[in-house]
Amino acid sequence: MRGDPGNFEVLTPTSLPEALRLMSEAALDQDSPLLKPLAGGTDLMVLMEMGALQCERFLSLHAIDELRSFRPEEDSVAIGAAMTFSRIRTEAILREEFPLLCEAAGQVGALAIQNRGTLGGNIANASPAADSAPALLAYDAELEIVSQSGTRRIPYSAFHTGYKEMQLRPDELIRSILLPRKWKGCHQSFRKVGARAAQAISKVSFAGVLRISDGLIQEARIAMGSVAPTPLRCVHTERALQGKKLDFSAIGRAKEALFKEISPVDDIRSNREYRLRVSLNLIEDFLLSARK
Amino acid sequence: MSAPKKISLHCTVNGEPRELNAYPMARLLDVLREDLRLTGTKEGCGEGECGACAVILNGELVNSCLVPAIQVQGAEILTIEGAANHPIAAQVQEAFLRHGGVQCGICSPGVILAAANLLSHDKAPSEADIRESLAGNLCRCTGYSKIVDSVAYAASDLKGTRS
Ligand SMILES: Cc1cc2nc3c(=O)[nH]c(=O)nc-3n(C[C@H](O)[C@H](O)[C@H](O)COP(=O)(O)OP(=O)(O)OC[C@H]3O[C@@H](n4cnc5c(N)ncnc54)[C@H](O)[C@@H]3O)c2cc1C
Ligand code: FES
Ligand code: FES
Repeated sequence: MRGDPGNFEVLTPTSLPEALRLMSEAALDQDSPLLKPLAGGTDLMVLMEMGALQCERFLSLHAIDELRSFRPEEDSVAIGAAMTFSRIRTEAILREEFPLLCEAAGQVGALAIQNRGTLGGNIANASPAADSAPALLAYDAELEIVSQSGTRRIPYSAFHTGYKEMQLRPDELIRSILLPRKWKGCHQSFRKVGARAAQAISKVSFAGVLRISDGLIQEARIAMGSVAPTPLRCVHTERALQGKKLDFSAIGRAKEALFKEISPVDDIRSNREYRLRVSLNLIEDFLLSARK
Repeated sequence: MSAPKKISLHCTVNGEPRELNAYPMARLLDVLREDLRLTGTKEGCGEGECGACAVILNGELVNSCLVPAIQVQGAEILTIEGAANHPIAAQVQEAFLRHGGVQCGICSPGVILAAANLLSHDKAPSEADIRESLAGNLCRCTGYSKIVDSVAYAASDLKGTRS
């Protein structure tokens, strides 16, 4: 059944401190209904239309400038959680140093979705198919999470704890996504496999980064979407590559490790068999392209 | 909890300042169609997939079925009703008429605004650029070829009028 917009209240703080105070009050008051952040609405408005929203009150982030800022620093860049995919894919520093994130941003939905959808929303929506996730995992992203009681940082790889479960309290907001500036010059690639190029949620997605010098893999990052209950950093596959020469036996061992560590399932978009086979092809393609 | 109230909303639609009352989570699509009676904006899927409801919000293409009213406070909105007075959108409309870019017409408001949005940013798009910027607009009639041709003609018409 279709949701009735008359059922929902929306708060519109104009600063982060005000937003955090409202979140904290709502979380402390037993009688107050849950207060849910609303960013671009590209996930939440669909749920509302389906009559599937579990809450009655929203805190819209659109008037909080700070959440939309991009702050490059010496060792890392901070992407405001409410930055849209369109802004991410056109930000010069990101294009140069974090191309996988920009490519992923350019493959979310289509232009009208990229103009509204935000990185923070993609993360907190917590889909195992979220297109930003593999790139964030491969780049060692950290999340800066804020509440009225302070700020904490956690590695993105520790954020998702199970299907749609995450380390985020009801009084907290994701403030920014931090990326260490250490990947320039590495061999890297993002691939999204879906039913069509636009407007399709991934069947499988892949991000890989290799730092190769003196003929050896000094550092490897492999991450995938839609092959486990959460976006997955493939640490065993990385270990099979670390310190190795990129020859056919290393590629074989990486494929074996990947096969063991992913656990894709059947769902409406694809099935386990297909996802397994595509995953192995993607890692092989990536490693072969790094030999050229 | 107090019952949700309608908010008073000010925005500029097709160059005209408008004021109205709407629920904060009302879809911009419904505000346009029901409250402002601007029924040129169409509803296809209601979930962001088809682009029939596309409008230009503060210079960016959006699907109005996914935009809550509260987020357009103070905004500038261009709908298909404003296209004739918009230098680029008007040329696009003209090209669609001349080159068969419209058949049943249900996708056309969104397609024309998506094309106008492209040509506002890129004066000489390639066919691939045109296809990418229309990828979020579904058309069940034309098979897209005539749409893509119409946009290409509009681009060259615009170049003609400018030089
Ligand atoms: C047609 C269509 C196509 C799509 N295609 C893709 C696709 O190809 N790939 C893909 O990955 N996704 C896709 N999506 C899903 C969606 O666009 C993305 O997940 C988007 O990033 C969500 O961001 P948003 O700002 O719109 O989130 P919202 O809908 O505003 O919020 C989503 C969730 O995040 C929470 N949230 C938002 N911001 C914060 C914050 N700062 N702190 C804490 N919680 C927060 C909200 O409470 C909510 O639970 C598509 C959606 C549609 C409608
Ligand atoms: S009705 Fe809005 S995208 Fe289909
Ligand atoms: S002209 Fe009929 S859907 Fe496009």
